Amino acid sequence: MGLILLFNAFNGLIQGAFYALMALGLALILGLNNTINFAQGAFMALAAYFAFTLVPYVGFWGGLIVAPLLAGVIGLGVEVVLVRRLYNRRDPIYTLLLTFGLAFIIQDLIRTVWGAQGQPLAIPAFLNHPLSSTYFFITGYRLFVVAVALLGTGALFAVLRFTRIGIRIRAGNSDLETIAALGVNIYLLRSANFVIGIIFAGVAGILAAGQIGLTPNMGDSLIMPAFVAIVVGGVGSLVGSLLGGLIIGLASGITTAFFPAASEVVIYVIMGIMLVVRPRGLMGQEGLFE
Amino acid sequence: MSGLAGSPASTSGSAAISRRVLGNAALGLVLLAVPVWLPLVGGYTDLASRVLIYALAAMGLNLLLGFTGGLSFGHAAYFGLGSYGVGLMLKYETHSTLLALLVGTLVGGLAAALLGPIAVRRRGIYFSMITIAIGQMFYFIAVRWNGLTGGEDGLTGFSRQPIHLPGVTLPMGSTDFYYLVLICFGIAALALWIVLNSPLGHSFVAIRENYKRLTFLGIRTQRYVAISFAISGLVAALAGGLNALLDNFTSPNTLNYTLSGDFLIIAVLGGMRNFWGPLMGAVIFVLVRDYVSAITNNWMTVIGLVFVISVIFFPMGILGFFNGRTKS
Repeated sequence: MGLILLFNAFNGLIQGAFYALMALGLALILGLNNTINFAQGAFMALAAYFAFTLVPYVGFWGGLIVAPLLAGVIGLGVEVVLVRRLYNRRDPIYTLLLTFGLAFIIQDLIRTVWGAQGQPLAIPAFLNHPLSSTYFFITGYRLFVVAVALLGTGALFAVLRFTRIGIRIRAGNSDLETIAALGVNIYLLRSANFVIGIIFAGVAGILAAGQIGLTPNMGDSLIMPAFVAIVVGGVGSLVGSLLGGLIIGLASGITTAFFPAASEVVIYVIMGIMLVVRPRGLMGQEGLFE
Repeated sequence: MSGLAGSPASTSGSAAISRRVLGNAALGLVLLAVPVWLPLVGGYTDLASRVLIYALAAMGLNLLLGFTGGLSFGHAAYFGLGSYGVGLMLKYETHSTLLALLVGTLVGGLAAALLGPIAVRRRGIYFSMITIAIGQMFYFIAVRWNGLTGGEDGLTGFSRQPIHLPGVTLPMGSTDFYYLVLICFGIAALALWIVLNSPLGHSFVAIRENYKRLTFLGIRTQRYVAISFAISGLVAALAGGLNALLDNFTSPNTLNYTLSGDFLIIAVLGGMRNFWGPLMGAVIFVLVRDYVSAITNNWMTVIGLVFVISVIFFPMGILGFFNGRTKS
């Protein structure tokens, strides 16, 4: 039982790392672009398919770097042509429905270009071996997923903390009008922020594809838990989103050990409890986006 | 057009009122005569039933969305609960179509009444995320509870039964069923109209316009939004029940957030500030989907484009677009 529990907890933690990566990207875009990006899951799949096509030419590592950037370029186009038009509409419904429709279009595009059948994504052989015979479930790839998630998160926080653009993004989150008045080009800033969010989705997509393979709607099962992670962690706090992702991943993993049928429902139960006990989430700010 | 589109909040003179009465009467006649004229233009009656069912769900949603200002992205949950309620009742408990429909509607409405108070604790984008997550919870319960719901394959093994009225038995073919849907639609629309023109409805609109101010005035805004949520969930559940009867089938997809998105775009496309907006939106959405999915595999792209185009170019919906100066 102990080993099974450990196995499922570890699984849950890996899952939580995916949730956290997705939630970070979503939370970034929610923060500065005031947009719940429903297309995040579709962008994630898009990057994974880009990687699928690129890996034979540039290798896994090349794909891991280039594919998210390509998805980011498409994201830039979407932001400039479509999302940007809606910033002045105060009702959040418009960006919500826009990205919802975009998700349909991107998924359909993927299906048309690459086919609806699932595809495997080749990962480097040395990552595929279990590291120990007792703890068979700790493969190199899973540790690699955790490492990349940590690295990505660390890089994001470093950028936000120490670089000029990061400081502006944080400033824009708290008062966009003021930094616009101070001469910051907020259109450029919002575009950059959107692209960073999409790149995060892309990295999560490629990592997930290495584990579960590629399907056009592979993002669907990740995007809802990512929303929950944001609500549990607290809107407006990136650290909160990160924690939220890990918590629900772990909870879902542990539940799998005892009552597998409830492994998906449990994260919504956690969210419900959090909303009753502490409506603003773990680290959320009171009254943001309301 | 303005007769049809007249919003409950605007009352201006007897001429406008009589025009609105005329418009509604014309709409009623058109809907009553659907089984007569629809086949002539190449449609089939079940398609009209589907339009009315989606319109009903979206009108219920629109009470919350357009008139109370609560952006719920989880109304498929109550739609789906209604349809599972009807399906399970007919399969295990009763042969009465109407009793099953009543129970299904009440189940969905009750769920909305119980969950609404949790969701209304937050507003704005937060509210949407909470409603969507609550909806997904029901989706996963339906997927996982194989024994009861049939899991991902959906619930089969029930069908709508003939309705026995004093002296006459209606076999519930397509045409009979259309009229059942139309009656339910009419009753629900009337109820929504009455609510919107009551002090309660005026409170809803006031909350939409200025939530903070109403809160400062000592109004229990959360309670009002929760009431709107419950009524709107009840109407969505009625629509869901009818949908199960139309298909003699229901599946977890009736609970999924994708369907919630469909209802939202129907309301927005038609015009969410207009009473009949969702009906207009449902006509366009259901017909486009039916037509496009018959001619191309890429129908999802077309539906996606419907979303993008209506959001960018018709923020106030088709009725709002043609009725630009009417503000509610």
